[in-house]
This record gives sequence, C-alpha cells and structure tokens, in this order.
Amino acid sequence: MTDYLKKKQSRRQVLGTLGAGALSASAISSMPGFVRYSQAQTSEPIKLGLQVHRTGIGAAYGRWYSRTTEAAAKFINDNGGINGRPVQVITEDDATDPKRGAEVVEKFESEHKCDVVFGTLFSHVVAGSAPRAGELKQPYFIVSEGTQLAAGGLNRYVMQPGITDVKSQVQSMAPFISKNLGKKVTMVFPDFAFGHDHRDFFSEAIAKQGGEVIAKIAIPPTESSFTKYFPQIPRETEVLYHVMVGPAVLTFVKELGEFFGSSSPAIFGFLDSLEAVDMASPGLEFLEGSYFWEGNPRYAQENQTEYDKFYRNAVGVDENGASVSDANDISTYSHMFGCWETMNIIKAGMEASGYKDVNDRSKLIEAVEAMTTIPASNAHPQGDKIFNGKTHQVFGHQYITQVKNSKLVLAHTTSIEDTFYPDAVDYTTQSF
Amino acid sequence: MEFGPNLIIALIEGSVQAAVLTLIAVGLSLVFGVMRVVNVAHGEFFMLGAVLAWAVASFVGGHPAVSFILALIIAPLLVGILAAAADILILKRINYDPENTIVATIGILYIIQQMTLITYGPDARPVEPPFNHRFSIPWFEYTEQGYSMYWPWGLGTTSYKLFVVAAAVAVIVLLWLAISRTKAGLMMRATQLDRDMAQSFGIPVDRVNAIVFGVGAALAALGAVLIVPIQQAHYLMGGEPLLLAFIVVIIGGLGSLPGTIVAAVFIGLSDGIISIFFAPTLAKILSTLLVAFVLIFRPQGLFGKAVR
Amino acid sequence: MRAGENRVWLLHIAVVLVILALHFVLPPYHHGILARVMVLAILAMGYNFAFGYTGLLSLGHALFFGAGMYAMGLGITGLGLSPGIAVLFAIVCSVLVSAIIGSLALRTAGVSLMIVTLMFAQAGWYLILYFGEITRGDEGFVIPQAQRLVAGIDLADSNNRYLIALILFAIVLFTTLKLVRSSFGKALVAIRENEERAKMLGYNVFAYKLGAIIVSGTISGLAGAAYGLLFGYVGATFASVQYSILPLLWVLLGGASTILGPFVGTLFMTYLIDISSEFTEAYLLVAGVILVLLTLFARQGIVGEVKKRFAPWLP
Repeated sequence: MTDYLKKKQSRRQVLGTLGAGALSASAISSMPGFVRYSQAQTSEPIKLGLQVHRTGIGAAYGRWYSRTTEAAAKFINDNGGINGRPVQVITEDDATDPKRGAEVVEKFESEHKCDVVFGTLFSHVVAGSAPRAGELKQPYFIVSEGTQLAAGGLNRYVMQPGITDVKSQVQSMAPFISKNLGKKVTMVFPDFAFGHDHRDFFSEAIAKQGGEVIAKIAIPPTESSFTKYFPQIPRETEVLYHVMVGPAVLTFVKELGEFFGSSSPAIFGFLDSLEAVDMASPGLEFLEGSYFWEGNPRYAQENQTEYDKFYRNAVGVDENGASVSDANDISTYSHMFGCWETMNIIKAGMEASGYKDVNDRSKLIEAVEAMTTIPASNAHPQGDKIFNGKTHQVFGHQYITQVKNSKLVLAHTTSIEDTFYPDAVDYTTQSF
Repeated sequence: MEFGPNLIIALIEGSVQAAVLTLIAVGLSLVFGVMRVVNVAHGEFFMLGAVLAWAVASFVGGHPAVSFILALIIAPLLVGILAAAADILILKRINYDPENTIVATIGILYIIQQMTLITYGPDARPVEPPFNHRFSIPWFEYTEQGYSMYWPWGLGTTSYKLFVVAAAVAVIVLLWLAISRTKAGLMMRATQLDRDMAQSFGIPVDRVNAIVFGVGAALAALGAVLIVPIQQAHYLMGGEPLLLAFIVVIIGGLGSLPGTIVAAVFIGLSDGIISIFFAPTLAKILSTLLVAFVLIFRPQGLFGKAVR
Repeated sequence: MRAGENRVWLLHIAVVLVILALHFVLPPYHHGILARVMVLAILAMGYNFAFGYTGLLSLGHALFFGAGMYAMGLGITGLGLSPGIAVLFAIVCSVLVSAIIGSLALRTAGVSLMIVTLMFAQAGWYLILYFGEITRGDEGFVIPQAQRLVAGIDLADSNNRYLIALILFAIVLFTTLKLVRSSFGKALVAIRENEERAKMLGYNVFAYKLGAIIVSGTISGLAGAAYGLLFGYVGATFASVQYSILPLLWVLLGGASTILGPFVGTLFMTYLIDISSEFTEAYLLVAGVILVLLTLFARQGIVGEVKKRFAPWLP
C-alpha cells in the first residue's frame, strides 16, 4: 500500500511540473538529496496542496492559478526553498464544486500528506472545504476574495494573506466613482453570494459618499443571454456598475455594449467581468474610456515596478497580460498574484516558526497571525499590504484603470486605509 | 425603461431565443416522434455544433463570413454522422428500450462532454459573427409639445440577431417541405405511425432510425452554429438548452412538430416578457413553475393528444 | 420460505457488520470516503424506493435532498435549534415538501413526471439563490463545529461521523427492506408492473404512489440533513440538478429495485470517479463509458445482474 502511494505521488509531482511547462529547474531541485539543500536537517520536500478549479466554471482562473503557483514554487526553490527544504506542489482538481473540494482536502491530508493546502478561489468551494480543513487541523490558505472568512464564518485554520476581500475592494471604489463618474449608480451583478457582497458593500459605501444605488439588477446564474434584463436600467442612471463571473462574461459585456449603442452612462466594471478575456475582442469597443477595478494591472504600466517586471517575467506573462507563448491566452492577472504572494507568506511563516512537520502547524498559523506590514518586493509584487492577524485577512492597494486604445491604463491607486473596515471576529481566541 | 420599449426588447430577444430553441426542440421532437426515445444527449450535440463552428473559424481564418458558411455545412454534417453512428452502435442494440435509452444517452452525454473537455479545453471561446450592425429603434413619448420621438437607451438590436430569426424560420420551412413532400419524409412518417407496418411494406426502419437520429442532432448543431456568434462555445453549454428543449417538446405535446414550434415560441417569448415584470431570478422561478403547472393541468401538453 | 426470509435478513446484517469491521481497519482516506458513500447511499435508497420499486422516474430528488439539508442548516443557524431537533425538523419539512410535490406531480406520468419534478427542483434551487439574504446563495454556509454536538458526541470527529453514518444507513436499509416486503411494498411493485390491473384490483393507485413519493422524499431529505450536519456545510450545489441525476445513476449502476443496489452503485461510482481523477481531469468520461456499457451488457445493474444470474431470492 505504501509503495503504491509513493509511486502515485511521484507521478503527480512530475505531472504537476510538466503542466507548468517548466520541467527542468523544479524537477531537479525537488529531487531528494539535491546538493543545494544538504545543509538542511532533512531534504524531504515541503508539500503544498494546490486545490485548483481545473474544470467547471472556474477553469479559466484555475489554469492561471496553477501556472502562477508553479512559477512561485520555482522562485522559492531557486532561492533556497523553505528552511532549506525544496517546495513540492501537488495539484488536485476540485471541479469548482464544494463537495469535491472537501474530498480533495481529505486527499491532500491523508493520501498526499501535504503540509498545507491553498489556492481556492470560488467562495462556495471555500465554504465546502473549510470545515474539513478545520477538522483535520490543516492550514488552509485561500486566494478567494470571499468575505465569509473576515466575517467570522470559517475557522482558525483558514487564512487569506495573499489577496484582499470583496468588501475591501468594493468599498474603496466608492470615493472615486462618486467624485469622477456620478452619484446615481445602477448595479448589474450575478445573483449569488459574490454578487450580493458587491451589492451590499457598495450600496453602503456609496451612500457614505453622498451617492445612491438607484437600481440593483441581479442576473441569475447559468444565464447565457442578458439583453432582456438591461431595460431595467433606469434612464437617470449616471454610472453603470457591472461585475460578472463564469463562462458567459464576454457575452455579458458585449450585450451591454450593444444595448447602449453610442449613448451610455459612465461605465465602471470589476475586471472579473473580463478576466481571461482579450480587451481587443470584437464588440468591446464601447468600453473605450470606461473604468475598471483591477487587483493588479493587467497591462504593464509606465511606472511599472521592478517587482511587477520580475513577477510578470517569472510567470510568463507579456506586457499585455497574455501568455508569452500564446498572445490569445489572456491571464487572470487581477487575481492570480494572490497565489504567488500566498506561497511567499507560507514560506515566511514556516521560516519564522521553524516549521518542521505537521506537528508545527499551529506554530505556523501563529507565525502568520503575527504578521502585520508586508512591504512590496519580488515576493509581494502587487504592492504593500497589511495583514490583520485577528481576522486572518490581508488589506492592500486597489487599482482603477481606464480603457485607452483597448488597453487598461492606470488612473488611480487607492490607499490601503481605504480598504479597512472594523473587525468582526478574532480567530486568535479560538483554540487549535 | 418605459413599458413600450421594454416590451419591444423583450419580443426581439425572445424571438432570437425562440428561433434557436425551435431548431433544438424540433430535432428532439423528431427523434421522439419517430423513434419513441428520449435523447438526453441532445444538448451535447448542440454544444458540439458550437465547438465545431469555433474550430472551423479558427482553422479557416479569413473573413468571418467564409468560415460561418463553412461551419453551417460542416458542423451539422459531422454531428449528424456522429449521432447516426451512436444510434447504430448503441441505441439500436438496446432495442430503443425507453429507460435504457435514457441511461445510454446520459452516458453518451458524458462521453461527448468530457471528450470536448479533453480536446477543446474548459474555456469559453468566441466566434465572430459574419456581419453585425447595431441599429436603434425610435420611440415616442408624450411631452408638453405633444408626441415627440426619442431614442431610448437599449431600444435596438443587431442585424445578426434578425438574421438568426430569419434563418431558423427558413430551416423550419425547408424541414416541413422535406417531411411532407419527399419520399424520405413519407418513409419517416410511415415509421412514426406504425413501425411494424412500415417494416412489412419494405421500409428500412433501421436506416430511417439512424437518419432521423442524425438529422435531429444536426438540427441542434445548426442552431448552435447560428447562436455561437452571439454567445460563446463552452463545454458545459449543452445543459440549459437541453432542459428548455425538453420543456418545449413536452409542452408542445410529445412528437407533435407543430406543437413543438408553437411551444418554442411560447417559452422563448414568455421568458423575456416575464422578466419585464419581475426580478430576474424571480422571473426564472415563475417561468419554471409555469411549465410545471401547465403539465400538471394538461399532462398531454398544450397541443398533444396523449402522452405515453 | 422461512429459511429464505432468514437468509435475506442475515445477508443485510452481515453487510452492516462488514462496514462496521471496516471502521477499524480502513486507512483514513478510505474511511472518509466510505462515510460519505453511506450518507449518499441513503439518498440513493430513497430514490430507489420511488424509481425502482414504484417505477416513478423523478429528476427532482435534489429538491428533497436540498430541503432536508437547508431545513437542518437553517434550523441550527437561523432558529437556534439543537442538531438533534434540527434533524427532526428536517424530516418534518421533507415529509411536507414531498407530500406537496407528490400530490401535484403525480397527476402526470412517464416523461411528463420527469419534467415536472425537474421543474420543481429547479424552482427550489432558484429559490435558494433568490433568498440569498438567508441562505447565502450559492456560497452556502458553514455549520460551526461548536454546534455539531449531539448528546456530547462531536460530529466533526471522523470516527463519530463514520459510526453515525453507519447507524443512519442501517436504519434506512432495514426500513426499506421491511417496507418493500410489506403489503405496501408489494402493492407498489404491482402498480409498477401494471397500473391498470392494480386499479381494477381495487388499489387506490394515487394514494399508494403518493405514499411512495413521501417515503422516498423523506429518506432523501434525511440524507440531506445528515450530509450537511456530518460534513458541516450547507450549499446550493446540493440542490442543483446534478443531485437529481446522481441518485438515478447510482441506482441504475447498482441495480434498480434491489435493496443493496443503491449502496453498491454509490460506492462503485465514487471510487470510479476518485480513481479516474488521478489520470484525467475528464473523469466523468469514465462514468459515461460505464453507463453505456451497462446498458449494453448489464441492464439490471451490478446487484440486479447478480440477482438475475445467481441469487433470485435477493430483495
């Protein structure tokens, strides 16, 4: 039985590395006993389980989460690994399904013997998996933007140190929108929890700026045509706020353009509506001049940091946000940096706590909880961040870009303080 | 938006949906009428049509109109052949037993869907329309100066959407002629009426079955080629149309082609019109319940005579 | 006949004892899978009662599964019920939902019944999304570990979970076994085989079918409540169309109108998917191929074929 398991793991490892298309470095460096790690007490690799949406509605994100993670593993291994030990990424597909997500968490724990699990994006998969992670006492680092963690809905083993949550993102947009675009906002969003977060937190935030949301149009999931819902946009709308996810996003934005024709209100969108979609796709011309939230600007900006340059190059993304090997393969640049940064947090946490094996898991969590300011660096290319150890949630800058010549050009960067909100939970009071 | 313009939008959008739905549902209905089997894999034939349209467009390149016309021919043809093969290899061997056919076609559904996932991948990919012009429609409102014309937001459509409706109507008319005026159509109708009798009159019932199954699938694929420039090709796109087509076929009365067409228009339009009055998800709830209650109080469907 | 009777009970008791024995020997991962399979097999057994024994082809059991799960979950987080009471509450809700749906849907038969049940289930799924304020929509909600204590037993512990799943599984297994061998169960089979004849013999066919739907829906609702409570998560995916199709597949694979078929089918399919997901992301391809092969070569399903060929006494 054990031999069988070992074989399976090594095959997975090879598959994972092949998948990244970067065979050489990480495969060689993750071989046990490789010279560079000889100073470490043990050269057994640290195993990180990547729970990835390879199939199902999250697949476009999953592909890039996977690539970014492989690149981050290479970056970490090239810099001496974690505590002198190499990092090995083991990937399992959760099919963007919460039941499968929980099973995959079990698989990482008992089949693959992973040290930690990370990388989940869709919030229903997080909610389905988190209870199992807590029961198994397995550190579970999500890259999800979901708000249920900081709202106190999960447990002490779940952390989100690599990406800000929707509440932060949404509320920090309100001042810019009310100052520059208008005060009467109509929101179009998907009719599930992610969309409801947008609706609730933005309505609250824009009211504080003296604006108001005059219509809230929730689109049912699995919908594939959208025009019939747009007549509910009131005539007095000054700003149209849109956010959408799933395989039909391009249809959604195109139909929005066809609906308005040449006379539209100001348009502000979350880039989720066009993640992994080429801005130059036919039918998107009407977006010219409109604004987007971006987690991390897809197009290399004029004032691009050295860190972004390094990270972009390491993951294999060109200056337009597409894969260097295929210009039609557009990245999910606004989200995937979360995987890179989370991996580096795991490294920092393991090194600070002297992590050796699964018995040190609570020390790892305490070490991450103790983190506060995280300065921008090659390990954190998206920008400076502040981690809140009580809510297990990170806070950081948000970017607003404008479409100019079918490219997204930086127009405004929010402060970290714009993303703050009062704590709703203190996970450090929960026992391990 | 005011009621008038909103209704116009709902009608236009509803017609596009009804047009494609008619093609899909007529295919399903044809198969049920002649072969008396429920084809759960029908939605995947639709999906394959869309994916093949993308494949043709990306292999051929050039002006979108060229690849569009090629796709109109190639996609239904390939899908039809595949479906006929599935009929001969699988459905015929289980003697079209009703329950086993449902299971077998669920199996075929997964096979087609997952093969597409392996080869085409999990992404949604767009196909460019052969032509696409947006035009606005004016509306009138009563102001202090009497009636005046204005151009409301969103009151407009695209030439391609109108083309989809026209093309679907043309296909249905052609199909109608083929069924009612040709020898092949006669054989098909004979098989539908009484398959044993048809067999004893020398009609190759097995071949009729394979062809009908192929044509049914090809109609779904054709609908997909028409709609894919508006939507996108994705390996999971077959589920929703399958559900809708089922509803249409049953509401229309199983196996009744005219009933199917009327029901497709009814379902296509009602979806749009209900969403004028209610929040989108509530509209979905109401339209699904509407279907359930139509069936509960008229189990034979709106136009059917009797249900098995 | 007496001997045959004993043989049937002994077999099913032996199955339960084997699963109990496995509790002590299985490695953790497979231990976890089996706990899941047992709860899902309850759903499949509930489905089989309507589909296998009564011949009612429903594609709406996700509604019952979801109703039980949400009644339990919202009972705990919304109404502040204790877990035990919440499960009872879920059972009551499942009875109500299946009685209402049954009395409406049973006006139709055959493919129409399939569509009507499907439509009700879709409406139920949309309702969960529509009332996102209460249900958190697709994201669902977690039942806090502190609230998963029944009489001091922590359901978050995998040993407790396995044993509780086994107890529920055994209760449903023996209940359905008893039911199908009762006059009620025999009447249902008679209705499935020839509805007109059953009518002429004086059976109130509608009442029997409604009874079958209520039993079936309530068992499915219990499965939903148990799944949510044991695994700590309530979400809209579990009320989606997928969970109407899955029990159909499990039952067909294992063998419709056999008592052990649903469990065998669920177990087999779960491992099939788990093992094939090691080799391909398109692991449902294997499910598709198996289904087609099944219809070509083993129409009665696994247990059904065993029954046909070797053990006609199997219930």
